[in-house]
Amino acid sequence: MEYQNEFRVFFAAKSQNEALARIMTAAFLSQYDPTLSEITDIKTAVSEAVTNAIIHGYEEKSGEVELFCGYNDGRIYIEVADQGAGIADINQAREPLFTSKPELERSGMGFTIMETFMEEIRVESKEGEGTRIYMEKALTTE
Amino acid sequence: MELKFLKRNRTLIIKIDGEIDHHTCEILRGETERALEKMGGKNIIFRMSGVSFMDSSGIGAMIGRYKDIQRLGGKIAIAEANDRVRQIFLLSAMQSLIPSFPNVDLALEYVEGGKE
Repeated sequence: MEYQNEFRVFFAAKSQNEALARIMTAAFLSQYDPTLSEITDIKTAVSEAVTNAIIHGYEEKSGEVELFCGYNDGRIYIEVADQGAGIADINQAREPLFTSKPELERSGMGFTIMETFMEEIRVESKEGEGTRIYMEKALTTE
Repeated sequence: MELKFLKRNRTLIIKIDGEIDHHTCEILRGETERALEKMGGKNIIFRMSGVSFMDSSGIGAMIGRYKDIQRLGGKIAIAEANDRVRQIFLLSAMQSLIPSFPNVDLALEYVEGGKE
């Protein structure tokens, strides 16, 4: 797809970069006059996806997380990807309250929150190769 | 994230300022454990008026603290949470375990309520 504007960054899979990913996303979005609620929705979804990449993709070991934000015709497109463990059963991972890591105090709500706050979400994952999450949302103002 | 601890009766009131995510939850967990050890108490109230962001990591951390407090026979509640934080709690159906109150006084009434 051709985007009117876009950015793609790669950053270390470290938990302190979760805030960085949110800030970069919000800064990109702010060019398109979103509502406060839209900014928070998208920031929260990005935070969930990046946290999943760090905790589940790389199991808190070293790695690189990719974040893409695109804008086209009033819609925001997000991609978050890792080259980590991959998800064995995507449907199970998307069930509310399911977590493969309860010992790490994970709530199992990450995908539910992404689905709630974004309009479209698609997950591509292959065990041993990694995961890529695609999310979209229309902004009410252009 | 900044945390402030205050003890009222048998309740530890923890004021959280800043963002709650996977990264800051580790700090929240460690500091809360230390404060419970040092200051005592069997209940916890999280005062959330200063929370500018929370994702599902916050829910995980709250459930973790709920389990700790349950072992002590206490209760846990949140107070002064904004709409967004309450929405995340509602999505995960945690309000029966960790009820939300508009202010600290009502939360204190709930956690301190039971007679020994």
